[in-house]
Amino acid sequence: MATASNYKTAIRMEGIEKYFGNVAALRGINLEVGKDEVIGLIGDNGAGKSTLIKIITGVFPPSSGEMYLRDQRVSFSGYSVREAHKRGIETVYQDKSLGEKQALWRNFFIGREITLPFGFIDVKKEKKIAQGIMVDTIGFRGKGITVESRVSKLSGGERQGVAIGRAMHFEADLIILDEPTVALSLKEVRKVLSFVQKIKEAGKACIYITHDLQDVYQISDRFVVLDRGEIVASITKNEISLKELDTFLLEYSHGLKDKVQP
Amino acid sequence: MKHGSSRFAFLGKIEGLPIAAVLAILYVVFIFTAPSVFTGYRIYMSFFQTVPPMLVLAIGLTFIITAGEIDLSFPAVVALSGFVFTWVFKTYHAPWLGFVLALASGALVGYINGLLVARLRVPSIMATLAAQFFWYGVTLLIAGGLQINIEEIQTNLIHTVFVGRIFGVFPAQALWSLGVVIVFWFILNRHKFGEAIMFIGDNADVARVMGINVEATRIKLFTMHGVLAAFAGLLLTIEINVFFPTQGQGMLLPVMAAVFIGGTSIAGGQGAIVGTFFGSYIIGSLEAGVVATGIGGYWVQLVEGLVMAASVILNVIIGDEGASLLSRAARKWAVPSQAPPGKEPAARGDA
Repeated sequence: MATASNYKTAIRMEGIEKYFGNVAALRGINLEVGKDEVIGLIGDNGAGKSTLIKIITGVFPPSSGEMYLRDQRVSFSGYSVREAHKRGIETVYQDKSLGEKQALWRNFFIGREITLPFGFIDVKKEKKIAQGIMVDTIGFRGKGITVESRVSKLSGGERQGVAIGRAMHFEADLIILDEPTVALSLKEVRKVLSFVQKIKEAGKACIYITHDLQDVYQISDRFVVLDRGEIVASITKNEISLKELDTFLLEYSHGLKDKVQP
Repeated sequence: MKHGSSRFAFLGKIEGLPIAAVLAILYVVFIFTAPSVFTGYRIYMSFFQTVPPMLVLAIGLTFIITAGEIDLSFPAVVALSGFVFTWVFKTYHAPWLGFVLALASGALVGYINGLLVARLRVPSIMATLAAQFFWYGVTLLIAGGLQINIEEIQTNLIHTVFVGRIFGVFPAQALWSLGVVIVFWFILNRHKFGEAIMFIGDNADVARVMGINVEATRIKLFTMHGVLAAFAGLLLTIEINVFFPTQGQGMLLPVMAAVFIGGTSIAGGQGAIVGTFFGSYIIGSLEAGVVATGIGGYWVQLVEGLVMAASVILNVIIGDEGASLLSRAARKWAVPSQAPPGKEPAARGDA
């Protein structure tokens, strides 16, 4: 958990490459996210979004390249999900953030339990804190959902709310949202976006991954477009309207990329 | 629960309640059908003597199934650990050394299972099926297919400690197995390791992205089950004072049945230790009960099948969902009866 705040970028990646066998999933990625910047990372399926996220969150290392967190160089040999958590990176996945059959309070602390001696869980304390996160951070009130409820009882938007609440509780400096609104109804999407708004208000850096512009436009400061493993555009919001961005991406995906200039 | 719908919801929260009810009903039926046997204490003492090895195996298997895996190799471990113990005891007269080495043999088998599953990504059903054949084969080979009698163990301290009769009647292994149940309930429900097991069984990807070392946890899990299976083999061998190479071989299906009727889901993610406890006693009591009833040994399997089906169905009905259905229904029945007949509550004043 990060306390020092005298850094310029939440994350900086230089020349990150990732190969699976001979297949290049990422090539020459240079990406910088300011300490309170919200980035919309846009790209089609297979563009390399998930691979990029997995490198940042410590699921696997890149084949080559450098990464800096809060201006500090990361040594990938000692980097892991746990280490990423310690360095203030939290991730909200589209579908693998929560254990379906588990009680909510367990989901808040899985992987970093509050323990008594010998690794036993301090259930009382965990439940109490989980209750606090639900009420204060996410604003769940009187919906018949308690910390004892199983995740399977929650709607898609509520699930993302729990995952976002968890990320904020652990005082992340960088929150990564990996397509958090896929397969949600419009109403649920709005709920999720309001959670994201809370991240922004808290002054945290955020990478919001999506292939839906509608979602990402209103909350992002900058858009980064990823295509076939490469960053092909980085556009700040005041340079482009939603409509222009949409047109750009549409033409881009129709293979007209050489002709379009954002 | 604050939002008051839950007169009976607590029923769903009492772990293992449906299956405890099945056991109770079963004993009530047996008391009527075989009163001469089931009103005495001896039959229960005999269950406390025969069920513990099965119960210990079932507790380990509950963990395995909760993690979304399966282990078919524990019968071989029951044989192997029995052999290691009796051989060391016979050869060196060192029962405690034999005890430790037997547990170690179980740990070894489990560790190798874990490596195959976690590191080489062999599906656990295949890895442990192969292990069952292999280690059973190893045991047969080194034992030369012969049984080893260790009657002299009856005068040894280890016999008293693990399978002695407390107050002359109560088998000590029942307490040991109960201890295993309690300790492992806490490990599954209140320990990081148990929580990791549940999340891995639920969704291993979630566990991984939340920072759990899935592979290491799986290896620990299989090793743990190996040790428990070895302990079960020891309780069995020391109780019957003999090692025979086929020991444990009939236990695979009954132990699996005990776990499943206890309410542990085949899908993984949730394990019912208390349910497994009662499930083991149901499976362990059925045969004796049916035979004592006098309807003939050919009925045993049929009745076992019926009781298993009934237990699983009951678990579904009184499970999480079932309890809320029940309480909703009960509210409907209960509300009119709160007011004496003919005298409507004041709130409905317009009557």
